[in-house]
Amino acid sequence: MSKMSKSQAVLQSEKITVDFSGFKAIKNLDFQVKPNTVHFVIGPNGAGKTTLLDVICGKSKASEGKLTFKNKYDLTKMTEYGIVHKGISRKFQAPSIFSKLTVFENLEIAMKQKKSLSGILFAKLKKDNKKKIDDMLNLIGLSEEQDKKAGSLAHGQKQWLEIAMVLMQEPDLVLLDEPIAGMTKTERMKTGELITQIAKDRAVLIVEHDMDFVKEYADVVTVMHEGQLLREGSMEEVQNDPQVRQVYLGRKVEAHA
Amino acid sequence: MIPVRLDIYDEGLLLQNIRGGAVGMSKLLVQSSTNKKVILLLILAVLLLAPLFLSDFRLNLLGKFLAFAILAIGLDLLWGYTGVLSLGHGIFFGIGAYSMAMYLKLEATGGGLPDFMAWSGMKELPLIWLPFQYPMIAIMLGMIVPAAIAFLLGWLTFRNRINGVYFTILSQALVLVVVTLLIGQQNLTGGTSGLTNFQTFFGYPVNSPTTQTVVYLVTVVALAAIFLGCSKLVKGRLGRVLVGIRDGENRMRFLGYNTSVYKTFVYTVSGAIAGLAGMLFVLQVGIISPTMIGIVPSIEMVLWVALGGRGTIIGPIIGAVFVNAAKTGLSESYPDMWTYFIGALFVIVVIFLPKGIVGLFEKFQERWKRADVKDVKEPSGVTVRKNYSRL
Repeated sequence: MSKMSKSQAVLQSEKITVDFSGFKAIKNLDFQVKPNTVHFVIGPNGAGKTTLLDVICGKSKASEGKLTFKNKYDLTKMTEYGIVHKGISRKFQAPSIFSKLTVFENLEIAMKQKKSLSGILFAKLKKDNKKKIDDMLNLIGLSEEQDKKAGSLAHGQKQWLEIAMVLMQEPDLVLLDEPIAGMTKTERMKTGELITQIAKDRAVLIVEHDMDFVKEYADVVTVMHEGQLLREGSMEEVQNDPQVRQVYLGRKVEAHA
Repeated sequence: MIPVRLDIYDEGLLLQNIRGGAVGMSKLLVQSSTNKKVILLLILAVLLLAPLFLSDFRLNLLGKFLAFAILAIGLDLLWGYTGVLSLGHGIFFGIGAYSMAMYLKLEATGGGLPDFMAWSGMKELPLIWLPFQYPMIAIMLGMIVPAAIAFLLGWLTFRNRINGVYFTILSQALVLVVVTLLIGQQNLTGGTSGLTNFQTFFGYPVNSPTTQTVVYLVTVVALAAIFLGCSKLVKGRLGRVLVGIRDGENRMRFLGYNTSVYKTFVYTVSGAIAGLAGMLFVLQVGIISPTMIGIVPSIEMVLWVALGGRGTIIGPIIGAVFVNAAKTGLSESYPDMWTYFIGALFVIVVIFLPKGIVGLFEKFQERWKRADVKDVKEPSGVTVRKNYSRL
């Protein structure tokens, strides 16, 4: 069973520990992400969700354990830009787009290409580059805004632009950190559809607090608590787990009531 | 602007004013980019013709300002585009200047020992002076050495993610180190009095009006070349990547860019450009000393860029020429006023002109355009007729 699932997984974490000078944000975490799934990570504040994304994309270093990507690459030994080229792209919680560049230019520098100095120095915008960018603009519905400065976009549009930038790299695993925070109801729906759409060809790992959103779009849900995996399964399984209710969902319901 | 208006408000527009408006607008846009080219060519022509109408003294001053302008472009590439503030560009400028000065000095002594070395008891030419006997090697070293130092320092700092204010402090420390070395090694460098008393350059008397005019023209050509080269660099994808690094270095790393390579590259290029400026400076001013490349000049250089408008290629040129012209003008009439003036200028730029002189122009231009677009887009025939009658 474990052998089988290992070969299926895009990302496999074995006994990962992240230690912030004594405070273990993640402890001995075994975890995997399968291809073509929308995989949510939920849990109370401080459970280590964002740290999990950090350690996958190379922002934080694991003090112990192994993180294997596509059965080949050990992510714990790679730089953040090296990880990107192997096929993992991340969107941050606050939209971090380049507000002084146009929407089109944002996608242009994000697209999959040789990102070495010599590659960029002599780069020209080729026809197929332009087509890829146009397709992406269509997907996120910003074709009309392509020549506008990205800084002038609405909050939701900025979030989509950053998702698009992440997708331009054609990754096999996309990491999203609270993508719908601060969005209106319609924007949330659009984002949900976008996520379903992009998960057709790749795995999407999302940290999210909004349970209605998780319920609607999740294939798999992982609940983290104090740096460890508490429960994993479908949303229904997770919701009915007494332990999960005790540490997280139950508390949430009480807070709402 | 007026020809455009005539174009828009001819009878064709009266029939199809909306389409006409669109055509007019695109014409206006094309026109503004050709306008820019025409203005730049005009400036270049004026600079090239300046020897005909400026006195030798004024021409020499202008040449010095243009050498500063070259440096300012390089500094802006680093600060305005890549977001790395260096308070140590005086050093790269200085190394270029000293390289040229060492060659000039050796040509003046006919390959013999310069006077200051003889005074400090040296018997023969020190090893590091030897390559500077040859003008071509000296010129090359005047750019290669600053580039190499910038590369080394950039590579060590950026790779270890020493950024922002820490890098700026480090660059300032570099100035202190180099200036101390220059003053301390008097037998090698001429100490505080620096290097001066040059005679010939490639065999021509260095102070003659003809040589000075040629050096001035070379400076203009060098400035034009650096301007074009840097414009091309920042208009390409590299420019967008640099702005990306400036505004969100982390995001760029997580888009797959090794940003430290880019920063090291720009720092190196910027160092080489500063070296070139230093060489042209020495040829026209005839002296280089540690005080001309120390902390105060290094900070002034940043002010040129800030005042002209960072993040543009033309801004630093305007800033360098403007500040230095003001400096000369003021110190000619009120020698004590200069330091107050530069202080006040700094405050004014930081508070009122964050985008410099170029930013001010852009603001006016935008206001103009907006007013224009309003007229052009006006769909109602009544307004058009009103405008028509007004013309």
